[in-house]
Amino acid sequence: MNLLRVSSSPHIRTNDDTPTIMLDVIIALMPALIAAVYFFGYRAMVVTIITVASSVIFEHLWAVAFKKPTTIYDLSGVVSGLLLSFNIPVTVPLWLPVAGSFFMIIIVKMCFGGLGQNFINPALAARAFLLASWPTAMTTWVDIGTKLNLFSNPDIISSATPLAIIKGGVHAGATLPSYLNLFFGGVGGCIGETSVLALLIGAVYLLYRKIITWRIPFTFIASVGVFTYIFGGSTFFTGDYIYHILAGGLILGAFYMATDYSTSPVTPMGQIYYGIGCGVIASIIRLWGGYPEGVSYAILLMNVATPLIEKMTPPRRFGKKRGN
Amino acid sequence: MILKAFKGGIHPSDKKEHTRYLKIEDLPAPKTMIFPLSQHIGALAEPVVKLGEWVKVGQLIAMATAFVSANLHSSVSGTVIAIEPRMHPNGSLVNSIVIENDDKYTVFEGVKPNKSLSELTPQEIIKIVEKAGIVGMGGAAFPTHVKLSPPKDKKIDFLIINGAECEPYLTSDHRVMLENPEGVLFGCTAIMKALGVTKSFVAVESNKDDAIKTLIENAKDFNGIEVVQVETKYPQGSEKQLIDTVTGCKVPHGKLPADIGVIVVNIDTCAATANVIKTGMPLIQRIVTIGGGAINEFRNFRVRIGTPAKDVIDEVGGFKTEPAKILFGGPMMGIALFSLEAPVIKGTGAIIALTDKEANIGKTGPCIRCAKCVDVCPMNLQPLMFQMLGKKDDLVALENYNIFDCMECGACAYICPARLDLVQYIRTGKQKINSSKKKGE
Repeated sequence: MNLLRVSSSPHIRTNDDTPTIMLDVIIALMPALIAAVYFFGYRAMVVTIITVASSVIFEHLWAVAFKKPTTIYDLSGVVSGLLLSFNIPVTVPLWLPVAGSFFMIIIVKMCFGGLGQNFINPALAARAFLLASWPTAMTTWVDIGTKLNLFSNPDIISSATPLAIIKGGVHAGATLPSYLNLFFGGVGGCIGETSVLALLIGAVYLLYRKIITWRIPFTFIASVGVFTYIFGGSTFFTGDYIYHILAGGLILGAFYMATDYSTSPVTPMGQIYYGIGCGVIASIIRLWGGYPEGVSYAILLMNVATPLIEKMTPPRRFGKKRGN
Repeated sequence: MILKAFKGGIHPSDKKEHTRYLKIEDLPAPKTMIFPLSQHIGALAEPVVKLGEWVKVGQLIAMATAFVSANLHSSVSGTVIAIEPRMHPNGSLVNSIVIENDDKYTVFEGVKPNKSLSELTPQEIIKIVEKAGIVGMGGAAFPTHVKLSPPKDKKIDFLIINGAECEPYLTSDHRVMLENPEGVLFGCTAIMKALGVTKSFVAVESNKDDAIKTLIENAKDFNGIEVVQVETKYPQGSEKQLIDTVTGCKVPHGKLPADIGVIVVNIDTCAATANVIKTGMPLIQRIVTIGGGAINEFRNFRVRIGTPAKDVIDEVGGFKTEPAKILFGGPMMGIALFSLEAPVIKGTGAIIALTDKEANIGKTGPCIRCAKCVDVCPMNLQPLMFQMLGKKDDLVALENYNIFDCMECGACAYICPARLDLVQYIRTGKQKINSSKKKGE
């Protein structure tokens, strides 16, 4: 008897698979990359390419070392590399992103089981690692238009990020860029976080393609807005919340980092609590913490809380009444 | 007005354009007909014919052995040449009656029109349905007389006729609504009478606008039947989801629709009920959509039950290309056939031959926790957990994640970007829990 192929239903699948999702994220990040090259010059592209290439190479070497099929074709390594490069300043020495990639791919991602298994956001963990290890290199910002040399930058006149200016202290006297400057780009900061507009274009694409939902980014941004409005000023309810939303890594973090699949809750309610938690912690760090920027640590802290949040927020099963 | 659907669900390409305009054609019956004794949920039927016996069209050949079981009738006239295990569509060998068709189609003397509907009592209607071996023709094949006999303490408020037909490719119910609206509505009226309800809704997905129009026009001649348009979304045809869409009430978990006063019956089941009341002919044929990218010609056939799949496929000229899979039923919940020897049974709504490209099998990757399965699950479950916990054989946790709420609609596996066989994990998990409980007893 001629036997046919059988399997459990369903027998059709959507066309979107892991590589196409990763490709969509890469596409969504392109406007921000173009903006970075426009504002910071070609060195931004060089740093990005080095980060991405080293990430992919490390992932492939892991597969070779452990005699496993290579996983680089799922494109997740490219996404991680892009996100890491977006989180470092354009002035870093070129070996630094390679060190970051090693930590990100080998330690955070592959040691914990690879794609989908890491418990904290690889790019942000690597950023934290770099910031702790080479704090000066990771916080050397330049004014837009400064000509940067590829291999050495002896005479960089470092400038301040808008959030550092708000925080006061060392940069007292520096002027704040306007809202419009923040929105269109052209302020000091990491490679990927300069242009809110470019990041939003990509975010709209991700929402349209249903790669992400509104839940995490919107609750994250809204809670930063509310929190900094209430507590950010000299008296209650006078905070400059628009500035806090537009400046720093909030938009990048909310749409591209906090929405990382492996490290955010899968339950709809959990995603909302997670977004709010990110927003509150980021605001607390920004207003009262030691760092001017709190988005990345807020996300890392909420990453660790994800399993707990998931456990506490199972979706209400169909047919179950509210409250019992 | 289109009624907004339940939460979750997916929107696969419906692929109905190939067959929605094709009239139902009668498929000639082949020489050898196979009647598995299990074409329904419940106990196997018991053969009442002997080897070598000559049977006629509509004659009882196997009798229900329990309340939850169904009679089986011959769809051709001819000689019983074997009663032996044969390939069932579900892949197992099931005792079957094999009849050699004499091509005379002599009708059994017992097939006589019943009294008019107004003279029949509810009990008589249920008895007629039971004797005719009518089962739910949407695919699950639950004996209809059982559904029409809810426990006395449960008051039924209204009836919903399920014309959602949410599975891609399938247009058999669609064509029945277009070509036999009077039969559908007559059957609906009969079932309303059997249940003692005065209100019923015929729920049709919004992509079948022509069927909705036809039904609304015909419904003017019937009392208490309202045609409602529901959102096109898979799995709209699922009983609990359809009730949610139409009434806004959710069937509590572990309960049946009758517990909240609703009964849901499929379109073709109504038509079959109308047919047996009017002509006396039991359930011996059904409408089957023939489709899929690998099939030579798309068709809607009226197929005599017992016709082997290969005879149906031969009739349309075989395959255009090598099929990747051949399905009985729709691509979301249908079963993949082992062999084309398996016959069309009462629950077979379609025969679909998928190409490799349509089946889109692809490579399985690790779960990336994208949560798409959680978002699409119409039962509000977390399908990714069934995969994770299933691999670990953590049966207690599987049950705590409400694995038995799953109706295996396949929305999660359809949407899964890692191409995980989530439904397979769920089925395996359920089986493991059940067998471990049996051992414990």
